[in-house]
Amino acid sequence: MNIIERFEKIDRRIIFLLVLFAVIIPLLFPIGFEIKVSAPVQKFYDAIEALPPGSMVLVSSEYDPSTMPEVYPMNQALARHCFAKDLKIIGMGLWPQGIPLNQASMEQAAEEYGKEYGVDYVNLGYKAGGIVVISSAAENIPKTFPLDYTGRPIGEFEIMKGVRNFDNIDFIISLSAGDPGVREWIMIAQGRYGKKVACGVTAVSAPAFYPYLNAGQLQGLIGGMKGAAEYETILETSGTASRGMDAQSIAHGLIIFFILFANFFYLLGKRRKK
Amino acid sequence: MKKQIPLIITFIAGMVMVLQFFIPHRPFSDLQQLFNSWFLIITVFAMILGLGNLLKVHTKRLQRKPKGWWYSIVLLAGFAIMFIAGMVWGIERGTFFDFLFWNVHLPMSSMMFALLAFFVASASYRAFRARTPEATLLLISAILVMIGRVPLGNYIWDKLPLVSDWIMSYPNMAGQRAIMIGIALGIVSTSLRIILGIERTYLSGK
Repeated sequence: MNIIERFEKIDRRIIFLLVLFAVIIPLLFPIGFEIKVSAPVQKFYDAIEALPPGSMVLVSSEYDPSTMPEVYPMNQALARHCFAKDLKIIGMGLWPQGIPLNQASMEQAAEEYGKEYGVDYVNLGYKAGGIVVISSAAENIPKTFPLDYTGRPIGEFEIMKGVRNFDNIDFIISLSAGDPGVREWIMIAQGRYGKKVACGVTAVSAPAFYPYLNAGQLQGLIGGMKGAAEYETILETSGTASRGMDAQSIAHGLIIFFILFANFFYLLGKRRKK
Repeated sequence: MKKQIPLIITFIAGMVMVLQFFIPHRPFSDLQQLFNSWFLIITVFAMILGLGNLLKVHTKRLQRKPKGWWYSIVLLAGFAIMFIAGMVWGIERGTFFDFLFWNVHLPMSSMMFALLAFFVASASYRAFRARTPEATLLLISAILVMIGRVPLGNYIWDKLPLVSDWIMSYPNMAGQRAIMIGIALGIVSTSLRIILGIERTYLSGK
């Protein structure tokens, strides 16, 4: 086996080890790469900024622990931004596991800004049915979600007084890692009811939502951990996304190095065979 | 009759949902609300059916004891513990269910997804080759987007993020739109075939 063949058939455990170091070392010893804010994230921020105090923001969590490193920092940053602007948050979710994550984000931000459950924010919980849940809530929220996530009637909460349907919602945010998610919110809430919708999605699914953003159907787009880090940068806070950007940068660099390195030996081997 | 009744139900339900979209007034808006409520109730029963099936499959595995049967014990135990914890103490913050979610389910689920980073790195080394001009084009754009979307790209060349954004906003968007329009047309034609009773595979597989 010559050197070209050896490099082509390198033990994958070596690759795994290099990836491990590429992730761990920047987390232990931060480099502090500068994070520049992209246009879709800036648009999202501006849309929230444009809302007057007291506006109702519906935050729907369609993600789970597997995509938490990417989407959870967005959830936290958005909750902070909303409470800092004195906006009210109605949480809900089309994925069951997103509910406690959304609740934790709201609770954390509420503690920082002195907000109260039931007055400034509420969590309506999970309802099975995907797009039909959105369609049903658009016409009648109390009928679709008669109880909050703990089982208390939503009529008990001050925040829900006067909230009947999507006419009483000023802005909708979908934090999504798949289906049902952003697409369904755009189809029903934006397409049919003309509501302002923005989204935070995983990096791998972000390319699919650019057409909606450019068509004006989305008010903003936060894509992956990078997007979350950009949002944290605008808010001038340091969260887990900002801290993870060094590790992600190095890991991306390493993967690109792998691709170029493997292709160099592949082309070299091909030329030799000729 | 066994086939005609489901076909009539499908036709009525399908037509009502189509009409209510274009005529959002009574009686179609009321019918939409009614159908939505029915759908939400049926979905819950479908979930119960799914859970029942899961339990049945794994209980049978315990009886037959095929290779790896002990994984079924883990599944059934996990199911029972979470179910009992949720039903007895509730699911709000600070409960035993919440503790299990944050300290058992969350780290395990995150760990499974984190493994992807290692497999992506290994796969990119082994399989991502410039074998054809199309593959080379894909490879170049992938590299530009990957490096342009992390802060490191900005340090290498400050125009790299702009190149990455251009790829996402133009070639990517054009491709995505083409796929989306194709899917939408496919959904419309399949839905019409089902509503009109041309497509009947959901009834008996024929």
